Amino acid sequence: MSEIDKNQEIIICRDVHKWFDSFYVLKGINLTVQKGEVIVIFGPSGSGKSTFIRCINRLEEHQKGQIIVDGVELTNDVRNIETIREEVGMVFQQFNLFPHLTVLQNIALAPLWVRRVSKNQAKESAMQLLKRVGIPEQAYKYPGQLSGGQQQRVAIARALAMQPKIMLFDEPTSALDPEMIKEVLDVMIQLAKSGMTMLVVTHEMGFARAVANRMFFFDEGQIVESGTPSEIFQSPKEDRTKLFLSQILSH
Amino acid sequence: MTTIEMQPPRLTVGPFAWLRKNLFSTWYNTALTLAALWLLYALLRPALQWTLTEARWGVIEANLTLFMIGQYPRDQSWRIWLAIYMLGGMIGLSWGVWREAARGFAFIALGAGLGFALISLLLNLDTWINWLIADAVLLVFYASGLILQRRGTTIAALGWLLYFPLVFLLIAGMRFIPWLPPVATGLWGGLLLTLMLAIVGNIGALPLGILLALGRRSKLPILRYFSIGYIELIRGVPLVTILFMANLLVPLFLPVDIRPPDAVIRAMIGFILFEAAYQAENVRGGLQSINRGQYEAAQALGLSGALTMTFIILPQALRAVIPALFNSFISLFKDTSLGAIIGLFELLRIGRAVLAQSDWLGTHREVFLFIFIVYWGFNMAFTYGSRRLEEALGVGKR
Amino acid sequence: MQIRAFWRDIRFLQVLAQVVFILFLALAAGFLYANVSANLARQGLTVGYGFITNPASFDIGESYIPYQSSDSYGRAILVGLVNTLVVSALGILLTTIVGIIAGIARLSSNWLISRLAGAYVGVIRNTPLIIQLMFWYFGIILQLPAVRAAVALPGPVYLTQRGIYLPWYEAMPSFDSWRIYVWLALASIVIIWFIFRGIQSRSDLPIPLWWYLAYILAPVLILWVGLLFQPEPPLKVNIPELTGLNFRGGLQLTPEFAALLFGLVVYTGSFIAEIVRAGIQAVSLGQVEAARSLGLTTGQTLQLVIFPQALRVIIPPLTSQYLNLAKNSSLAIAIGYPDLFSIAGTVINQTGAVLEVIVIIMLSYLSMSLFTSLLMNIYNSRVRLVER
Repeated sequence: MSEIDKNQEIIICRDVHKWFDSFYVLKGINLTVQKGEVIVIFGPSGSGKSTFIRCINRLEEHQKGQIIVDGVELTNDVRNIETIREEVGMVFQQFNLFPHLTVLQNIALAPLWVRRVSKNQAKESAMQLLKRVGIPEQAYKYPGQLSGGQQQRVAIARALAMQPKIMLFDEPTSALDPEMIKEVLDVMIQLAKSGMTMLVVTHEMGFARAVANRMFFFDEGQIVESGTPSEIFQSPKEDRTKLFLSQILSH
Repeated sequence: MTTIEMQPPRLTVGPFAWLRKNLFSTWYNTALTLAALWLLYALLRPALQWTLTEARWGVIEANLTLFMIGQYPRDQSWRIWLAIYMLGGMIGLSWGVWREAARGFAFIALGAGLGFALISLLLNLDTWINWLIADAVLLVFYASGLILQRRGTTIAALGWLLYFPLVFLLIAGMRFIPWLPPVATGLWGGLLLTLMLAIVGNIGALPLGILLALGRRSKLPILRYFSIGYIELIRGVPLVTILFMANLLVPLFLPVDIRPPDAVIRAMIGFILFEAAYQAENVRGGLQSINRGQYEAAQALGLSGALTMTFIILPQALRAVIPALFNSFISLFKDTSLGAIIGLFELLRIGRAVLAQSDWLGTHREVFLFIFIVYWGFNMAFTYGSRRLEEALGVGKR
Repeated sequence: MQIRAFWRDIRFLQVLAQVVFILFLALAAGFLYANVSANLARQGLTVGYGFITNPASFDIGESYIPYQSSDSYGRAILVGLVNTLVVSALGILLTTIVGIIAGIARLSSNWLISRLAGAYVGVIRNTPLIIQLMFWYFGIILQLPAVRAAVALPGPVYLTQRGIYLPWYEAMPSFDSWRIYVWLALASIVIIWFIFRGIQSRSDLPIPLWWYLAYILAPVLILWVGLLFQPEPPLKVNIPELTGLNFRGGLQLTPEFAALLFGLVVYTGSFIAEIVRAGIQAVSLGQVEAARSLGLTTGQTLQLVIFPQALRVIIPPLTSQYLNLAKNSSLAIAIGYPDLFSIAGTVINQTGAVLEVIVIIMLSYLSMSLFTSLLMNIYNSRVRLVER
């Protein structure tokens, strides 16, 4: 386990509510994340887990409550949103790589145009990141030529290129064929061990057991239960948690 | 056990079998076939007879230059040939750099060059040399494209981007360039004018069309309603009325002391305003085909809206709408014939002027057939080229 | 949530962007307005619709409402509008038939038929309509023989260079009292439609195909019953007869009308053929196979499986082709048919009221478009496939 700075709460969510038109999707979420923590969020589909982490980088807007990321409150203030987005990286279920750019261009695009680094520097850093995720030889290929696992690793590298303080993962392995899940999880485990603050929505309980500091069970828009992995797996308190765990762990 | 080799029964393969299956399979099919054959014979025989014996094709031969370039000064026609050579060069270069994508157009261009050279020879015109030169230029640039490969893409793209403004400058001329004296647009005519109208109309409409498409999809209500309003307004009225309006209203809308632009420019403005509404719908289709995830990934990376549009969304959207863009070009090419109604001397109007010549009274069918074939031939060629391009791009398969 | 710096608030920026845009539009409009006023003043023209009531003093070649040159400009424009609507309505009807036949022919297993239909589509779609219209007018209709040597088709229908003459009906005095039966016959069609809908929604089985004969039998029955009560036949067939230099009686289609109608029908028909073909092909073979393996007859398959799905794909582009036909009727100016656009052009020439008449033209065509869009949207929302 890496060093967790007990004094630095890097994400604070107080009483967060969200509606999609009249559909009530988040019903009062309270959650804090310390710097360096790895949080796993799990639950049945439709429980609001994806919506919640998408609120953290303002891909979704919350109507009530407070979200504070690295000391900056998430409001309609454009500057705040931009600041937060530069500090928070996201990896999507569908990868969302840019198909018309090479792998290297995908990774270097944001640092080049948002952080305004020099072209050479962007290229160098991109190659470093590719090495870090294990596929430096794919640099000049197009996303369409890569396997799913490789694409997701490129997506992780792309998010890391902006040197974020927090990484959000929205079901990163759900769209992958089983034989490729491991390579992506390995990269994520490595990332966790290096001290990155991570919020991961996933069903991969092996990953949770390996590196998660805390787990949160979401159901119907609320946090039903939370605790360390050992607490959750060995002695879940709520019935709903027990039911869900029995459903996914029986495979 | 050895396998038994048997031939299929005699009546299911071969030419007779094909006839049986495709033309005479049932009694009503047989009846239809016979009726159709009779109809074809009844219509085609007199038509062919007329074409080969009675028709006075001399009208076309005598007025060929008029049909091609209208009243464009003959001593400046080298500029048009230069534009054609440049086109050959660009097509050749594209063929070399992008291979299959441009191959359709390249074949068309080569074939056309050869064909026209042949026709020129038959008609005892000197222009056969020019057509062969055009083909030669194409091949030379093809070779250079093959050599350049990857590095050539930027050159080719830039070339196309610059080609149309350059050609416009070439044809129109400018006061400040001594060897390019201005040629008034009133002198442009025939196929030259038709092409200029179609090209300017399409290329000019694209930026405006992109803006309208973005406006249509915008979350800001005012922008959205304005875009919808413009698009629906233009699409609800015939092109003829837009051209009419442009012709009459452009001088009215300009400040009093500015000289009103001539008829061709006004028509171009009309075509641009009209085509922009239709391009907007094409681009909108392309934008809609882009995954929402692309926007989200760009947002998550901190890219601003403008950066996202420029680097991520528009490149993908435009690639998806290339077939629609080419279709628009074909439509606009046909629609330029409406210029005849507002006094432009495009191909159709030239035709009517030729018909008024005392030498060639009554040659309606010949002239209209010729114009018909020009339009049809051009459109078929262009459709072929664009279909090859679509296949090569794998549009819709990505 | 306190928003400290409102100038960075997204919502404020969005409103600001729109305000700026409106200002820009207003400035542009003001600029244009100033120019227009200056230009008009310089030419000594004023803006206003007063000219509408002035006498038109020009003749119109054909019209479906009474008109003389002493009538007002307003009336002249109205004549044009009616002319446009008549040729459009008739054109839409005929082109649908042509398009459906050609579309089905394209899919025929007969090689010759499908290739011929393909050639039709390929040639007609790739050439400008205005040239086709001119070809129909100058190259065909005007080339027909003179009245005395008219080509006679069964009907009798006479083709001449002065126009096409068809037998037509003439209303006799007894038509007035018979008219109510016509309305009843039309009403019966609508009533039967509602009845069928009611039956369909209640039961699960489709209506047997032969029941659709009711649409024909019921009105015919009503009309026949009405005939029994009339002293003399309410309609008389009028056959064109050559008297002297011209035909008398019957219906005359002027060369301009005929050329425009045929040109529009053939042109639009080629687009409709493609739409119909695409619609039928859109219903995948698997659908038909599934229906057959369930035991549905050909008629039931057509009615329940193929038509509904094909129609969904066909109707939207079909309505847009109808609209195109109506808009393309404006090309009538090229061959001398007095439609809305050509008459409006004449009015502009005579009165100089460019802006006012242009507004009238635009509004007329826009109303036609909006009306068609409205119908299509209603149809679309009712048949939209419910998807996840």
